[in-house]
Amino acid sequence: MFDVIIIGAGVIGSAIAWRLARHDLNVAVVERDDDVASATSKANSGIIHAGYDPEPGTLKAGLNVRGNKLYPDLCRELGVDYLACGSMVIAHEGQEEKLEKLLLRGRQNGVEDMAIISRDKLLDMEPNVAAEATSALYAPSAAVVSPYQLTVALAENAALNGVEFMFNTPVEDVLVEEGRVTGVRCGENIFAAPIVINAAGVHADRLAQLAGAERYDITPRKGEYLLLDKAMEGFVRQVLFPVPRGSSKGVLVVPTVEGNILAGPTAWDTEDREDVATTPQGLEEIRREAPWLVSGISWGKVIGSFAGLRAVADNDDFIIRASARVNGWIDVGGIQSPGLASAPAIAERVEHLVGGLTELNPRQDHVTQRKSPRVSQLDRMKRQQLIEKDSAFGRIVCRCEDVSEGEVLAALAGALPVCSLDALKRRTRAGTGRCQGGFCVPRLVAIISREKGIPPHQVTKKGPGSPVVSGWLDKGWKQ
Amino acid sequence: MNRVKYSMVVIGGGPAGLAAALEARELGCQDVLIVERDWELGGILQQCIHNGFGLHLLGEELTGGEYAQHFIDQLAQTDIEVMTDTMVIHLAPGLITAVNPQQGLLEIEAGAIVLAMGCRERTRGAISIPGTRPAGVMTAGTAQRLLNMEGLMPGKRIVILGSGDIGLIMARRLTLEGAKVEAVAELMPWSSGLTRNIVQCLDDFDIPLLLSHTVVAVHGSQRLEGVTLARVDDNFKPIAGSERHIPCDTLLLSVGLIPENELSQQAGVELDSTTGGPLVDQHLQTTVPGIFACGNVVHVHDLVDNVSLEAQRAAAGAVRWLKSEIARQKTIPVQAGEGVGYVVPQRISLPQPDEITLLFRVKRPMVGATAVVTDGEKQVASKKLPFARPAEMAELVLEKGSLEGCGEQLEVSVVERSDSR
Repeated sequence: MFDVIIIGAGVIGSAIAWRLARHDLNVAVVERDDDVASATSKANSGIIHAGYDPEPGTLKAGLNVRGNKLYPDLCRELGVDYLACGSMVIAHEGQEEKLEKLLLRGRQNGVEDMAIISRDKLLDMEPNVAAEATSALYAPSAAVVSPYQLTVALAENAALNGVEFMFNTPVEDVLVEEGRVTGVRCGENIFAAPIVINAAGVHADRLAQLAGAERYDITPRKGEYLLLDKAMEGFVRQVLFPVPRGSSKGVLVVPTVEGNILAGPTAWDTEDREDVATTPQGLEEIRREAPWLVSGISWGKVIGSFAGLRAVADNDDFIIRASARVNGWIDVGGIQSPGLASAPAIAERVEHLVGGLTELNPRQDHVTQRKSPRVSQLDRMKRQQLIEKDSAFGRIVCRCEDVSEGEVLAALAGALPVCSLDALKRRTRAGTGRCQGGFCVPRLVAIISREKGIPPHQVTKKGPGSPVVSGWLDKGWKQ
Repeated sequence: MNRVKYSMVVIGGGPAGLAAALEARELGCQDVLIVERDWELGGILQQCIHNGFGLHLLGEELTGGEYAQHFIDQLAQTDIEVMTDTMVIHLAPGLITAVNPQQGLLEIEAGAIVLAMGCRERTRGAISIPGTRPAGVMTAGTAQRLLNMEGLMPGKRIVILGSGDIGLIMARRLTLEGAKVEAVAELMPWSSGLTRNIVQCLDDFDIPLLLSHTVVAVHGSQRLEGVTLARVDDNFKPIAGSERHIPCDTLLLSVGLIPENELSQQAGVELDSTTGGPLVDQHLQTTVPGIFACGNVVHVHDLVDNVSLEAQRAAAGAVRWLKSEIARQKTIPVQAGEGVGYVVPQRISLPQPDEITLLFRVKRPMVGATAVVTDGEKQVASKKLPFARPAEMAELVLEKGSLEGCGEQLEVSVVERSDSR
């Protein structure tokens, strides 16, 4: 019996878990996939938007601006990389009026320090901006994080503070008795709780329907991305947006916290809630649209491509409410952009909603710090000391990202269970570099196999059904 | 931090590094160090258990491991020092920063540095194959390491994209281990692998080679379930209507190799945009004095024998540089002319004291062609190339003294005789 069950371990579910973990509550998170951040939260632009984009008065507007303000401290507290890069909305000839509109909207939403800058200033700040750019809306409070590093940090901190995470546990039914939610059914297992929070991303509307809560509809909107080599570091210094056209923010060019450049996303509505395949059309669209913002982008430096689904609700706003029909059911749906930017503020709001359903008492032994050494970020003296203490930090297993075996072992022994290469990648960056796992995969398979005491063919890329290799060789070799 | 000092440091203990270190010691360099990131020496040869190595240089057909062992055995007879399990994390002229579990961080001062880091494989990401991202998509070399060094089968039903040599070798290897190789698809209208590998690895096992084909989609959410292949037109664009689905659990990529020069660039070494390797002169000296380079870090070779020979030339250059014997009064560029993809060295330092070996690749298959080296209007050297293919590196030697009175630039071109074909 839990006090609260959260469905979904994306950035929203994990942020809510992290927030609720400071209270004396028995909280569980049930997640369909084998790790946190396995869907929308791993495949997005990673932008902490300033907050000039949402219509004033919407949930998006308020939570975005509040979330943006919470981020610097949150990242410091959890040891999450935070790139305070700012953002630019680029205008071409004749579009300057649109910048004025955004500036006004931003001020209404409470965004600080925005300014419209001239072409000269723009060129000074972004030397590679397209020749057609005439001016830009500069928002210094915009930033970038790694969305999966953040989600891992939130979830690990929650787990350290007693939240139980259950992976490979898809919710098949929501249990309701006499207008009150009593729990969820996952396969054979029933998990009971008087409060259930629905943070199921693109599947949230279906779960709300299962619960019998107020109806809403989610349309998955696919966004494809191209990731460029760190050799491009500094090519753009701010997040660059085109002036808005239609419903999406267009194809962006974004610096990542690790020094890569990200271009995308596209915006294609899809019926299929599992469709995260990249397409020739989508990748072509990115290559066609990005030069609207910058000139001289080197597509030969692309090291990867991926697609994610945004959860677009039919009211085009976030849906965050305690159900009036089903007591104890809380919906957190339609969390598309600026969902990541809003995540800590959404978690606060949900905490407040939970407080309306049950009494919240502070947890006595709450831990806030989470430290995980990254050898590539340590100064030489500290790195040397770490290796002298544990020689595994001196063995590099990922050459592209300078990741040591010690970091891999620390991730495997972390607060959350890690069994797959992708989960390891989200924690250590091993395999995210330019060789895309060519060097580290055989090494990581051997380490996971050794540490978990499983044969190599049980090591997966992303949970059940995704073995990296099919088995031992038939002849000889067998141990 | 630990600080050590050597006259010569070789980065990489594969075929290039081994040959360079041995040659340097042979030529009298007193203290030579090899830094190797893997647990053992030999580099990629460790996973090449097929034969065909050493035919030109050693006069016998060895496996990759045996070829490497030939050099490792010689190394054991010398006082050349080796650090394995050691990753170089930063390179500056004369100063290498490395890390290993035993010593931690190391600063290694080097009189001369020989870059021998080899190359890495081009990935799915680099060529943006659309589709899902399941397990079972990997480079051919990764599969080769898993199979030949770890004893693991990558999969059971295989499609290979790219007909580079590693892909061809793996097609045979996987078939011998009981996997079904459905097809090898190649974007170009010709294979980028050696002819002998196409015959011995595909034809002999009835594995179809689909030229002018590519993978247009990857299917499956967890493990790979299949790929969609399509024929491409002359501009390498998939032809609508030519798609076909092939069920498979593994897609191997053999779509090219990229010289691994991130360290070189840290030290300020200038790269050739065609080869992806450092610009070198005939001594294999890069644009940074005292930094030499050889093997696949300079340009991707098709025969390891050529790697070893190039490494010996680099070592000789480095030893002479240490003795201040390399004069660089003037440098002239060597350009790739008609029909030629690239030439190494890309520049020649004058005066020219010795004969110079020019290595180059043709742009397309040619029959009965002639390679010509010209200095403006003047022909400096020529060589007949009866069967020239992009997959097979060609060689032309400029005799000692042949560049006397030479002008501002040399050009290598290859033309087919008008009477052929």
